[in-house]
Amino acid sequence: MRLKTLLAATALCALATAGTAQDALKIGMITTLSGPAGYLGTDVRDGFLLAIEEEGGTLGGVPVEVIVEDDGLKPENGRAIAERFLERDEVEIMTGVIFSNIAPVVAPLTLRAGRFYISPNSGPSQFAGKACHENYFVASWQNDTLHESAGIAASNLGYNNAYILAPNYQAGKDALAGFKRFFTGEIVEETYTQLGQTDYAAEIAKIRAAKPEMVFQFLPGGMGINFMKQYDQAGLRDEIPLVLAAPSADINILRAVGASMLGVQNTSHWNHDLDNAANIAFVASFEATYDRSPTVYASQGYDTARLIASALRATGGKVTADMDGFRAALQAADFEAVRGPFKFNTNNHPIQNWYGREVVEIDGEFRNKTTGIIAENHSDAYASECPM
Amino acid sequence: MSQLFFEQLLNGLQLGMFLFLVSAGLTLVFGFMNIINLAHGSLFMIGAYAVAVLTDLTGSFFLGLLLSFPVVAAFALVIELLIIRPLYHRDHLDQVLATFGLILFFNEAVSIVFGRTPLFLNVPEALSGAVQITETFTYPLYRITIIAVGLMVAAVLWFIIVKTRTGMRIRAGTTNPEMIRALGVNIQALNTTIFVVGALFAGLAGGLSAPLTSVEVGMGENLLILSFVCIVIGGIGSIRGALLGALTVGLVDTLGRAFLPDILEQFLDPATANGVGAALSSMSVYLLMIIVLVFKPTGLFPVIKAV
Repeated sequence: MRLKTLLAATALCALATAGTAQDALKIGMITTLSGPAGYLGTDVRDGFLLAIEEEGGTLGGVPVEVIVEDDGLKPENGRAIAERFLERDEVEIMTGVIFSNIAPVVAPLTLRAGRFYISPNSGPSQFAGKACHENYFVASWQNDTLHESAGIAASNLGYNNAYILAPNYQAGKDALAGFKRFFTGEIVEETYTQLGQTDYAAEIAKIRAAKPEMVFQFLPGGMGINFMKQYDQAGLRDEIPLVLAAPSADINILRAVGASMLGVQNTSHWNHDLDNAANIAFVASFEATYDRSPTVYASQGYDTARLIASALRATGGKVTADMDGFRAALQAADFEAVRGPFKFNTNNHPIQNWYGREVVEIDGEFRNKTTGIIAENHSDAYASECPM
Repeated sequence: MSQLFFEQLLNGLQLGMFLFLVSAGLTLVFGFMNIINLAHGSLFMIGAYAVAVLTDLTGSFFLGLLLSFPVVAAFALVIELLIIRPLYHRDHLDQVLATFGLILFFNEAVSIVFGRTPLFLNVPEALSGAVQITETFTYPLYRITIIAVGLMVAAVLWFIIVKTRTGMRIRAGTTNPEMIRALGVNIQALNTTIFVVGALFAGLAGGLSAPLTSVEVGMGENLLILSFVCIVIGGIGSIRGALLGALTVGLVDTLGRAFLPDILEQFLDPATANGVGAALSSMSVYLLMIIVLVFKPTGLFPVIKAV
């Protein structure tokens, strides 16, 4: 009896917030707001809402209503919320999904219901290749490309071998596959860790024993913070340098890890110091509105909203009423992305630049400094498998 | 290889000590008060936040850790008086719902007060180095400190429970609560004390983990699940069981992560071995729990209940 209650208790986990109004175009946002990775969804949401606020409650002149719910990083929650959004609230556009274990649940439901799915973050490999869909768009990146850029950067830096590790889930596997695709050196060992792991002593001991020239890790959110702190405490930061992808070196991680990450090389498709008008305005506006610096996720939320705005402007607010028109308008991607040049490939995934960054200390704060372009107009490896 | 094995043993021991600090309170509260306290993980989080904030204010980690005790105790006291006390004689399901509500409440409260950005806390200067164990092998001093603190807590608890009058009452209360009440022991006061002490252990664990891991909303929940596994394996209500359960879980988890993929590589091709190894090692703790439950359904060190 006790045990049964215990097990039931351990399995229990969900929370939600909701609010609704009438008439405006409905956009459903299923995102991750709670738990260690909660700041990813929070920033996507805030970036997205910022774009709407700047337009006075509209996107492309069309009044919109965004319904936000927290998936708590649980696919089953994602499914329940998606069904409610699609059936009860009749949202026409679905967005917000952060994690690649939620996307494969939410995206097919949305597409089957004949609505548009526009990802502000997760871009799992299956939907970029064989399972691509005309109404499925990714405004951020295909998962692999994040890590392909890190692989290119590591090769450029002259490393001959690497120890690589990632959590054992789809995005983790995509990450290691992506890194290996462009890394010219040898892989000493690859390790898969648990999703949500807090202690990395075992992995760090293995790295020390393997003596690689460098380490590549993809441990987003709190996992990365834990790893970096423990890696530094184990005295390995100076011995074995790291090359990271954007999710392992966002500003929240830099702030939480502190000096432990000074000098770490990483790659991203966006940085706060990118010198284009849209970005300068975005960073200033975000900081003024929310009183904090935007993360890369905030930039993605903002770009996603502005992409939707550009398409809504073109169709005069029609989405499901003019599927072909809205789709074509999305594909045109006629907006100034804060990340710089942006266009869609044939599989509705971005073709964009990847930048090298280095963690530096500016006025006692740790920030990424853009060092140059790593890959220009980079597209993902799956586009050719997509029948579209 | 043997050095790596030794290092992994230490890592497992350290994780085990950590789990012990969380499980000790959980098992006391569960065994003695018959309360399932899911909010135990929140107390862990409160401990970590208290240490992070107080360290920032006072400039000293040790002072911060010391000052965090009254903070955690105050929270625990309020929780016990307001939420737990009315639930003593209610069904476990009611307790689970109430304390689960507390998790949501504290998570939301913390993210309103501190925001989503994790707080930053470094290992204190005095504990930041590494200890030279052999000529070629060093181990972080901070992790050794955690092992030491865990052992100390275990010793103190053992002393209190086995050697003192209060301990006798706790043991009596765990086996036969009716009788001890009939004998005129102020069970209410004892309940409150046990809850607060259990909370303090969770807070201490949270505070100690703050420099190692990220101080963030919901940081206690993963640990809570593992702690439940520890006390189920060890036998609910038994401190000795919690210690052995925690050490077993810590070692199995760490050694599994460290060596399973390599062992499987002897039989399978590297890619499969890696995948299977990763999957198996994340399941290993739960597999262990299943095996223990099949052969000893009450855990390894069950507390014998009066009928």
